[in-house]
Amino acid sequence: MFRLLTGSMAYLVLILLAGAAFSMFWGGRLAFQTFGFKFLYSAVWDPVTKQFGALVPIYGTIVSSAIAILIAVPMSFGIAIFLTEVSPRWLRGPIGTAIELLAAIPSIIYGMWGLFVFVPFMSIHVEPWLNDKLGPQPIIGELFTGPPIGIGMLTAGIILGIMIIPFITAVMRDVFMAVPDALKEAAISLGATTWETIGRVSVPYTRTAVVGAIFLGLGRALGETMAVTFVLGNAHEFTKSLLMPGNSIAAAIANEFTEADSPIYLSSLIALGFLLFVVTFIVLAVAKILLLRIGRLEGARA
Amino acid sequence: MNPIIVRRRVANGIALCLSTIATVFGLFWLVWILWTTVVKGAAALKPQLVTQMTPPPGSDGGLLNAFYGSFIMITMAVAIATPVGVLAAIYLAEFARGNRVGTVIRFVNDILLSAPSIVIGLFVYELVVRPLGHFSGYAGAVALALILLPVIVRTSDEALQLVPGPMREAGLALGLPHWKVTRTILMRAATTGIVTGLLLGIARISGETAPLLFTALNNQYWSANPITPMANVPVVIFQYAMSPYDSWHALAWAGAFVVTVFVLILGISARLFFKQESTR
Repeated sequence: MFRLLTGSMAYLVLILLAGAAFSMFWGGRLAFQTFGFKFLYSAVWDPVTKQFGALVPIYGTIVSSAIAILIAVPMSFGIAIFLTEVSPRWLRGPIGTAIELLAAIPSIIYGMWGLFVFVPFMSIHVEPWLNDKLGPQPIIGELFTGPPIGIGMLTAGIILGIMIIPFITAVMRDVFMAVPDALKEAAISLGATTWETIGRVSVPYTRTAVVGAIFLGLGRALGETMAVTFVLGNAHEFTKSLLMPGNSIAAAIANEFTEADSPIYLSSLIALGFLLFVVTFIVLAVAKILLLRIGRLEGARA
Repeated sequence: MNPIIVRRRVANGIALCLSTIATVFGLFWLVWILWTTVVKGAAALKPQLVTQMTPPPGSDGGLLNAFYGSFIMITMAVAIATPVGVLAAIYLAEFARGNRVGTVIRFVNDILLSAPSIVIGLFVYELVVRPLGHFSGYAGAVALALILLPVIVRTSDEALQLVPGPMREAGLALGLPHWKVTRTILMRAATTGIVTGLLLGIARISGETAPLLFTALNNQYWSANPITPMANVPVVIFQYAMSPYDSWHALAWAGAFVVTVFVLILGISARLFFKQESTR
């Protein structure tokens, strides 16, 4: 009996995941039926004529997450090295906790701070500079042209980057800590510097877990909603510029769900949710598999 | 000195300096965000916050109904997720240790742990809101419970696994049935871990906004009945912050301040509690 009771609760976890996937597929079936594969690559999003394509939100999600990863990975790597190699022992605990607190701050606070503090900062100090210096450059210039209004993909990406630093850092720190001392000591006794020990011993030893940590952060960034909603601008026009308002899957759902007035509009939004769910599931599953190899070392606590 | 050695030492110095700078960079954002929240939030704190309802555009008011709604929904979420989560964790730790089922469930649970919360909101919309036909506080509570559940499963499972095997064997050797061993011995030994997990979980759901947007929605008025749409702090913050009115912005900052302080106190006290209990 007892075993049955506890077992059924455990299976409930499995059922929840399957149920979530199924219910969103079911809710989005109208959109999938109506638009077919065009839903994935059409850039039209027009509630009036009831034409919906997910290209702009998908592009926005990918670009903002890419910016976030570009920022968060080197920073997290640096912080993890600082915490394991550089910092004096008594400072490790407090700084580690402080970085973890970055993960505890609710995402809506990031969003508000982003909108009221960081957006003006970007529009006054950073984006005019980007316009002047990078705008005229060939190829990448297109990414940095546009009015410096502060709202847009670049701002969203930076905030996302800050938000996922603690998740990536926690895993990296844990796996660097798990490198056997004997290996490190061997390198040091051969005359390697600290940096060489990290680069030639620690990183190769923990390679899969480090990649897993990055995927974990990516999974977080893809699905992050509130912070992005505040600073992305909810625009449905396709634009290459990182300084122009854009959209992401999560932000589109959050902004428009309660306004969706026709079944096909609602269904399209749920279909977006289904896409997001599938993609994050894959990314997180890859992360888990990579991390499983290093044993039970996973720092991503809630 | 040998130029190669010089180069290696310089590279080492630069790399370690960069790592220190990265740490300062990370802490810089923490300080900046907290500083903004404290300065703007403390300026907007006033007694009406807990005595008045959320105001119509342009006028003054408080957040009483939002605080109440959040409190009710979080309480219900805890009441739903704790028994389910702890029972599931008991199964994982006691009956499914190291076998295939246990591995799969843990895997899925960890994915739920990091799954985007807005997706949970959509799921509950399909599960509860659509069949009922309207938004409700219950739906919000279910959404929060679904976010809390994997946190509880994960931490309780880990806490139970840490209980030494001989304690189980001692209980079983006395002829106790398995459920009694679990209830009287294992649960007692694992309480610290489970409570820590619960505190961290509550900290997490008290700031969750995305899943409430289309489950509990919001309510400008006093709504004690969870079958109706319910006001809650995160969604009020969202709506007021996005509005063009200064008085609403001030209220949003006040709400943000209260939520942040609450979450950080919970998070830090959970850590301290765990550290103290486990070194005893």
